[in-house]
Amino acid sequence: MTEISVPQTTKPAPLDGRRGAPRMSLAKLAEAYALVVALLVLVGVFGLLRPEAFLSWSNISTMLGSQAVLVVLTMALIIPLTGGDFDLSVASMLTLSSMLIAVMNAQMGINIFIAMGTALVIGAVVGAINSWFILYFRIPSLIVTLGTGTFINGIVLWISGSMTISGLDQGLIDYVVVRRILGVPLAFYYALALCAALWYFFDYTTPGRRLLFVGRGREVARLSGIRVDRVRFYSLIASGVLAAAAGILYAGTIGAADPLSGLTFLLPGFAAAFLGATSISPGRFNPWGSLVAVYFLVAGITGLTILGIQTFVQNLFYGGGLVIAVALSQLVRNREAQDFT
Amino acid sequence: MKAAPLKRRTPGEPSALSLRHLSKSFGGALALDDVELEIMPGEIHGLLGHNGSGKSTLIKILSGYHTPEPGAEMLMRGEPVPLPVPATAARRLGLAFVHQHLGLVPSMTVLENLLLGAIATETHWWLDWRRRTAAARALFAQFDLRIDPAARIADLPPVERALVAIVRAFEEIKAADSGGGVLVLDEPTPFLPKAGVDQLFDLIRRIVHNGAAVIFVSHDIDEIMQITDRATILRDGRVAGSLVTREASHDDFVERIVGRSLDLYHRNRTDPRAGEVCARISGVSGAIVADASLDLHAGEVLGLTGLIGSGFDELPYLLFGARRASAGTLTLHGLTHKLTALAPPEAIGAGIALLPADRLGAAGVGSLPVLDNVSLPVLDEFFQNLLINWTAVFGRAAQLGRSYEVRPNAPALNLASLSGGNQQKVLMAKWLQTAPKLLMLDEPTQGVDVGARQQLFKALGAAAAAGTAIVVASTDYEQLAQICDRVLIFARGRIVAELVGEAISKETIGEQCLRSGAFNGEGRTLEEPVA
Repeated sequence: MTEISVPQTTKPAPLDGRRGAPRMSLAKLAEAYALVVALLVLVGVFGLLRPEAFLSWSNISTMLGSQAVLVVLTMALIIPLTGGDFDLSVASMLTLSSMLIAVMNAQMGINIFIAMGTALVIGAVVGAINSWFILYFRIPSLIVTLGTGTFINGIVLWISGSMTISGLDQGLIDYVVVRRILGVPLAFYYALALCAALWYFFDYTTPGRRLLFVGRGREVARLSGIRVDRVRFYSLIASGVLAAAAGILYAGTIGAADPLSGLTFLLPGFAAAFLGATSISPGRFNPWGSLVAVYFLVAGITGLTILGIQTFVQNLFYGGGLVIAVALSQLVRNREAQDFT
Repeated sequence: MKAAPLKRRTPGEPSALSLRHLSKSFGGALALDDVELEIMPGEIHGLLGHNGSGKSTLIKILSGYHTPEPGAEMLMRGEPVPLPVPATAARRLGLAFVHQHLGLVPSMTVLENLLLGAIATETHWWLDWRRRTAAARALFAQFDLRIDPAARIADLPPVERALVAIVRAFEEIKAADSGGGVLVLDEPTPFLPKAGVDQLFDLIRRIVHNGAAVIFVSHDIDEIMQITDRATILRDGRVAGSLVTREASHDDFVERIVGRSLDLYHRNRTDPRAGEVCARISGVSGAIVADASLDLHAGEVLGLTGLIGSGFDELPYLLFGARRASAGTLTLHGLTHKLTALAPPEAIGAGIALLPADRLGAAGVGSLPVLDNVSLPVLDEFFQNLLINWTAVFGRAAQLGRSYEVRPNAPALNLASLSGGNQQKVLMAKWLQTAPKLLMLDEPTQGVDVGARQQLFKALGAAAAAGTAIVVASTDYEQLAQICDRVLIFARGRIVAELVGEAISKETIGEQCLRSGAFNGEGRTLEEPVA
């Protein structure tokens, strides 16, 4: 019958050796860590082909640091996804956040902390607007966030005059990509800390577990006394705030803000979220799986680029990755139809 | 029992439908036991019986959903039909079904709904809407119906929706090669007002006049007596009688439906009124329930029942705040809650628990482990030092599994991988561990085998002994008789009868429900309920 997926990261082995206890079978273990193995294989292959370029520390640290933005954006996606909502406005929010910082800090000379704080607050406001339309009018989240995302894109073009704005506070850039620990930019550690925080939230707190129930069975959650609308409201706010945080990292990573490039993160984010859901805790959106998925996708693209393959490979890899990842996660769920509206 | 004579229009005419030696067992329990049924063209044949009598199993065999045991025979117009009935064969054989839920798409037009079957099977590329509209008008005119093919189903009154569904089914059997055909109407009337029922009966008579046969499934003896030519009564999976309606009395039907059951296990009943009143429910109204008031006593097991659509199964959802009541209050241990403002979190906070009938749709999540399902209402207890203590949660789940005899007792298994009975044990444990003051259950043993039932009843008995007031909404009279101290019977949203203590039996409940059906008929002039 239904495949049994035990999240190995969360459930301790039972104390007594009772029958039916969650024993990790080899197959389960292989399933949970297949993506990790695939990542290592990918690194190994590119390392053999182009050791000097691919395995150079500067390449690796650049990959780890520059893609921290994508990790944070993926975290912004998996919170509402766990609760059964799509947030397609995250990449737009990321762009708005980085542009707000650039306009406030570089153009208007406002203190960088105030600019960052404003960006986070706007992220929360966007989340609140999304959830108002989704929860009050009962519109599918997919449609609402598609609309608000496009609306935000318009605002970004408006406030930036369709121009790239540079001249950001050097302090921000320092604390995102210049300063390093063990040779890796700080941005990577921010992303790592966020993964750990979300792991804690999903697996070891009651609100995290409520969010999971809301995503898997709205009516069950409601009749079990969970305030479903409130949970979804907060998940969408969290999504907006994390997307804004990703925008701050993005501004710090490139030292400027442009009105369009951030939008290309949306598809890789979804690809990583769904690919991540096949890994570590198969069948569930989970932060560590997403982290592995981001770097799997990035390693693939970086390696192919180093081999001299043209840039269209990015689209092939991300687009193909998303569809294959969802297909894989459906296999994990025994092809049970998912309702994401 | 001797079968009633067949009504042959011409000598040697083959029957429209003939079933022989039809048996079906579910996990060793016989749901149908060597049933025979013969229906002539042009006949309206009633099919009666309590829940669990095998009625719905028989219908599901006809529709190809269930496979009967080997040895069964099915003939239509003398032609043998392979069993199980092939999924695509119904249309070719001239077999059509109208279920209570009608199978219409509310947001689409009457015409689109009429064409649904044709669109699904025909190979024409082009849809000629003008011709189709004209055909639909002609079809309705043939039955003297004035229904606009362009109207949306959602905008039609309930009666016209039922009429559209029946006309559509008639069109389907008319398209069959064999001519004639059999139309199965599975409880089409509970949501209809009296005038609507008359209109529907008129349509059914016109349909059989055109040569089709109709199987009319109902709980309502009066309706069966009004519309059918003959009727077959099922009880405990066997044919308990076959009557020519004209020659039978109301009592003949009741006797065959209720039967004489032996050696029923009874709960050691306490007089419910001996306990203190722990909950006072007054003036509750909802979509069907109208101004219901009752008292609940600590340690009492109260049954709610009635015919389908009478509102007995709505009351628990109103008292839990799962559906919004339009009026009423619930006073539990001295605290009064307004039901118009009650929501599930407050209800749970007040010590109320609800176990819905829809096991994997509303009660538990099948794709999550038993562990997560069972711990959901008490997860806060295990949040220590800023962490959920999963070791302790696992221990609790395993311990509950042991005491409620869940098999296999493996909390890490997904809920959906357990059998229905074991799922229900888990879900009952989920709420009983919170020691609710009031526990309400909707059809707690649907699809649960006899053995697991006893374990569930035992758990309910223990909770009642500990002072929980228990409310069970069910149409399973046998189960109610087995576990209840008191049973309330609903009709048209109102409580019309009360059975207490030794007066409760499967037979008395059944009789009261059937009598409430008569009351139902008179009460049909009430405003139409929202379907």
